[in-house]
Amino acid sequence: MVDLQSIPSPATHTEDRAHEADHPSSLLARFGPDQPLKLDCGIDLAPFQIAYQTYGELNADRSNAIMICHALPLDQHGANVHPLTGKPGWWEIMVGPGRPLDTDKYFFICSNVIGGCMGSTGPASTNPATGKVWGLDFPIITIPDMVRAQAMLVDRLGIDTLLCVTGGSMGGMQALQWTAAYPKRVFSALSVATSTRHSAQNIAFHELGRQAIMADPDWHHGRYFEQGTHPHRGLGVARMAGHITYLSDAALHRKFGRRMQDRELPTFSFDADFQVESYLRYQGSSFVERFDANSYLYLTRAMDYFDIAADHDGVLAQAFRGIQTRFCVVSFTSDWLFPTAESRALVHALNASSARVSFAEIETDRGHDAFLLDVPEFFDISRAFLQSAGKARGLT
Amino acid sequence: MSMQQQVLPLPGVVAPDTGHYRGDHLLVAEMVERGSKVLDVGCGEGDLLQLLETRGIDGRGIELSREGVNRCVAKGLAVVQGDADTDLINYPDDAFDYVILSQTLQATRQPRVVLENLPATWYDTPNIHFCTIKDFVQLCDEINVKMERAVALDMYGRPLRVNLPWWFWNMFGEQGVFLLSRAEKGK
Repeated sequence: MVDLQSIPSPATHTEDRAHEADHPSSLLARFGPDQPLKLDCGIDLAPFQIAYQTYGELNADRSNAIMICHALPLDQHGANVHPLTGKPGWWEIMVGPGRPLDTDKYFFICSNVIGGCMGSTGPASTNPATGKVWGLDFPIITIPDMVRAQAMLVDRLGIDTLLCVTGGSMGGMQALQWTAAYPKRVFSALSVATSTRHSAQNIAFHELGRQAIMADPDWHHGRYFEQGTHPHRGLGVARMAGHITYLSDAALHRKFGRRMQDRELPTFSFDADFQVESYLRYQGSSFVERFDANSYLYLTRAMDYFDIAADHDGVLAQAFRGIQTRFCVVSFTSDWLFPTAESRALVHALNASSARVSFAEIETDRGHDAFLLDVPEFFDISRAFLQSAGKARGLT
Repeated sequence: MSMQQQVLPLPGVVAPDTGHYRGDHLLVAEMVERGSKVLDVGCGEGDLLQLLETRGIDGRGIELSREGVNRCVAKGLAVVQGDADTDLINYPDDAFDYVILSQTLQATRQPRVVLENLPATWYDTPNIHFCTIKDFVQLCDEINVKMERAVALDMYGRPLRVNLPWWFWNMFGEQGVFLLSRAEKGK
């Protein structure tokens, strides 16, 4: 008999997730009807809110603020225990006292993106006009929309110019968008494992994830919250597919090889015989505890639409003309999702704009996820880049 | 190498610092005006760029080896990984006041093409081991490059007297440091 298995439903977290979307365990900036977020799709979003975390102290002349932008499956809990999972922040290895992003020296802001599900307004939030969850009534958002919202938050905090904007993957896209949209407000940018546009292959993988969510009968055309369901299987599969793209063949082989999970012989079934299967199922089921399926649709779409050059007559260098921002671009050799060639194209455009740019490709077999892992060379480069930017800005 | 750690009395270089730097680097640094923008092609681990930055010069680097680049970036220098033979074309003309080819030109596959494509009106090329100093002077003549200054260093990194004939430089010069300019722009 064939044993059918799928991702188990973590039903216990549904209420917590819904609560977190409107009442986050974070600092909160609320923007009223007089301060709409002007979205690229033409809609003025108001009111809206941004949930954010800060680490370190803002100095007296407000010159040491650094914006950390999070990647697609992450949130504002970069350097603190996650309120839903109880796990450490996703960048605790980088952000903290004495760490490369040193909280003894700098003031960090990490906000949940617009369209996210951890307290910034998004499809999982309650629409104040109807009293119901937005769902697919939420307008389509873009990477520039996310950055526009962050700029409003930075204004609210009374900060004029950021010492640095940094992030990996979708976070790196936001960092680059910051420099293109607000060049004078960004003293330096550390963009990691990212690109100025989403490739066809990446759009294809996102479409796979979206179709998995929408094919789940529990999705109910995006109104699952009214049915008391969550398309956990679809979202879990989307996460599994996404997670594969964050790794590499070598990393998977080193971590799992063809080893069996708690057994020595195949079961002649579709049970998770292999460790790699078990690992992926775990990734899928733990992700649905903390992430909203509709939010995943919106954020993947925002990445797909991202193309800085397209917004500047198709010429990337045009986006950075005359820019004074100091850039550090980092890529990883085994990252096939955002390969080095993408970073190199960015560097060439920055060179053509005579921007001050450093570019390092770091050798590692850990794939796209390397920016979240213990990669000492990346730490050294990040630390030195920030120190040099701080020195140029007159920080002691 | 014998030229390492050589101390040269150069104006503008603080005495206690000179001991850390190579003689040819000090000579180059002395030729570059303060406040100017410099591209160091083949910048290695960034020693010359660091020296230039202490002198208030806006330095950028391009380096072929990934290890070299990453060490530079870890020193806070603006260096990118790239190939002098193919990547210089990405820089706009006149983006830099000086381009430095410190022990780089002899390692390129097409020294003449690299020289012709330099994105600046000025450049510097020390250490001409790929050919004799005389060959280099001839190459510059052929591609319409003007030699503004020339200094040859002996095997100990000491400058040779400037009024000596080329044949003497060729025989005893271990390195040449040249300040060049493009005689006719846009060539």
